[in-house]
Amino acid sequence: MNAMSFETRHNLSIGLRYALLILIATIFIFPILFMVMSSLKPDLQMLRDSASLRAFLPVGDISLNNYAEAFERVPIVQFAFNSVFTTSVSVAASLLLNSMAAFSFAFLQWRGKAIVLSLIIATFIVPFEVIAIPMLLVANNLPWIGPEGIEIGWLNSYHVQIIPFIADSLGIFLFYQYFRDLPDELVEAARIDGASIWQIYARIVMPIAGPIVATVAILKFLVMWNAYIWPLMTIRSEELRPIMVGLQYFFQLNIAWGEIMAYLSMVTIPVLIFYLALQRAFIESIATSGIKG
Amino acid sequence: MNRILAMLLLITLLLSAAPLASAQTELSLWYHGAGNPEERAVLLNVIEDFNASQSDWSVVIEEFPQESYNSSIVAAALSGDLPDIIDVDAPVMPGWAWSGYMAPLNLSEGALDGFLPGAVGVYNGEVYAVGLWDAVVAIYARRSVLEANDIRIPTLEEPWTGEEFDAVLETLQATGDFENAFDVGMAWKGEWYTYAFSPFLQSFGGDMIDRETYLTAEGVFNGEAGLAFGEWWQSLFERGLVPGTSQDPADRDTGFLDGKYALQWNGNWAARAAVEAFGDDALFLPAPDFGSGSTIGAASWQFGISSTSEHPEGANAFIEFAIQDEYLVDFSNFGGLAPATASAAAMSDLYHEGGPLEVFFGLSQAQALVRPVTPGYANLSLSFEKAVTDIADGADIQDTLDAAVDEIEQDIEDNGGYGFGDM
Repeated sequence: MNAMSFETRHNLSIGLRYALLILIATIFIFPILFMVMSSLKPDLQMLRDSASLRAFLPVGDISLNNYAEAFERVPIVQFAFNSVFTTSVSVAASLLLNSMAAFSFAFLQWRGKAIVLSLIIATFIVPFEVIAIPMLLVANNLPWIGPEGIEIGWLNSYHVQIIPFIADSLGIFLFYQYFRDLPDELVEAARIDGASIWQIYARIVMPIAGPIVATVAILKFLVMWNAYIWPLMTIRSEELRPIMVGLQYFFQLNIAWGEIMAYLSMVTIPVLIFYLALQRAFIESIATSGIKG
Repeated sequence: MNRILAMLLLITLLLSAAPLASAQTELSLWYHGAGNPEERAVLLNVIEDFNASQSDWSVVIEEFPQESYNSSIVAAALSGDLPDIIDVDAPVMPGWAWSGYMAPLNLSEGALDGFLPGAVGVYNGEVYAVGLWDAVVAIYARRSVLEANDIRIPTLEEPWTGEEFDAVLETLQATGDFENAFDVGMAWKGEWYTYAFSPFLQSFGGDMIDRETYLTAEGVFNGEAGLAFGEWWQSLFERGLVPGTSQDPADRDTGFLDGKYALQWNGNWAARAAVEAFGDDALFLPAPDFGSGSTIGAASWQFGISSTSEHPEGANAFIEFAIQDEYLVDFSNFGGLAPATASAAAMSDLYHEGGPLEVFFGLSQAQALVRPVTPGYANLSLSFEKAVTDIADGADIQDTLDAAVDEIEQDIEDNGGYGFGDM
């Protein structure tokens, strides 16, 4: 009897746990489901369905017309290429530069290290909007070697979308926090074996930094993929515009809601793929270091 | 020998023609309509025609999405990178002119004859911008609904009076056939509030600012007329005649077409959908007269030139070329907007005599009043939007209007009077 009731309680507990997990999953999935389903419906039907459960179902006049029209309205392929390019280069460069900076803070001894680290961490509290205009003015006066020699001004280029975002205080901090928790013996043993600083960085520390690399990569990817204000300020040509700015193309006098949902569905796919690819390492990083993305 | 001479002549001709072919000086034009295929196609056609029509100038377009266009212009002004020709939303123009982003136009005499007042952007006595079309607001209605309820159909000459309009709303609400008698568009936050609702205040005899001096709002916004407007406005919500400030945007888009609302306050950009849905039953009615005349908002996107343009003569030449009737007609036919001149309206598919949207042109001619022409308009608009929102939500009317006036006057003072006088 006791065994039965224990089993029942156990089953009930599992059932409740699953019910709770399904409820939470539903809360997170419903907006995505709404987005995808709405992308298949004409505007009027989508707006009418939005007040009922039909909004989450592929019912009514279903087609891929919104996708076709979104492609006609916005040069999606060009914008996607621009975003993939600027994001990939930024993420790669950011991982390299920030991990090297953090390595220096964690393992090298140099004067003023604590003050510099404090200053870098202090920049967390400065929102991008505060420094956007000074950054614009600086970027407008920086030299660059172009096809016609040295040019002044970085505006309207790929590099203005990449270089200012490579050094990242959050990335440095996250790497630093991870490196600091590594056992000192690891580095000391390598030093005794005659490894140089570069060898310790490249062959000892970075190979075991997978979880934090994944975390910094995901965070940087999200920032760069969602870039909006900075490209608005610095990019004039449609050929260089990133994908998030393209969303604004749909906000005309009569807003094309269905096309917006189709565009968002397409824009969200790379983010999901990138996250799913690094999910295991990302979760491990959270579990081991308490980092919250 | 002759053959050699002929060859030399040919080469000389080719060499002399080459500079001619590339002699056109480039003019940059920034345009707010990226993602608007109809409007874009017409503008590209205008540019192509202009570039082919002469050998001095070649206009090169850069397109920006409307929602972020102003930010791009401000950023370009900061970095000293403004284009030659600027596309500008009319109420924003005084701010850009005052900030030194724009220079006055220098068009031929008579070039703007016959233009709707809302299509000509005048600031400080000078024309800074000109529009190829105008946006017009009307009361959307259905003839069958009005006739079934014995409601008089108003005309431009005899619009509904304030009392009559109120009675119409009560009658329609009492039928029980509609969720609300009148949809004013509370879901469309932002500039719609000022563009669409400030004409009601003006019809009551008030305004957001004293247009004589542009230095004070005291007594104009919060005086007797302002109070009367506020009381009427609040009562619409208290009596349930209009949807509240939390209106679902979906209802705003489809509510009138679905029969949820009996009347709707909406612009000509939405008129084609109403005509498609109701055919001849669709009516577009003039604004009611609350005592100081019927008024609707006016002025949409216009073209101007930047103060930093090194080729203002080329920029002026392009604008003068673009405002020909044939292009005004093209914009109207493709985009559904009201042409800026009567002669273009007569040639357009939608606004010609007997056309489905003809009434809008008459409304624009008779009732349009541009929004206050001041560099402080952006702040003015925010204060107005906040005030009508708070009043709709039940705030004390006099306190709300007084607070709005304080905000407006503080902003004017902070900006030294925006060039209208010493503060």
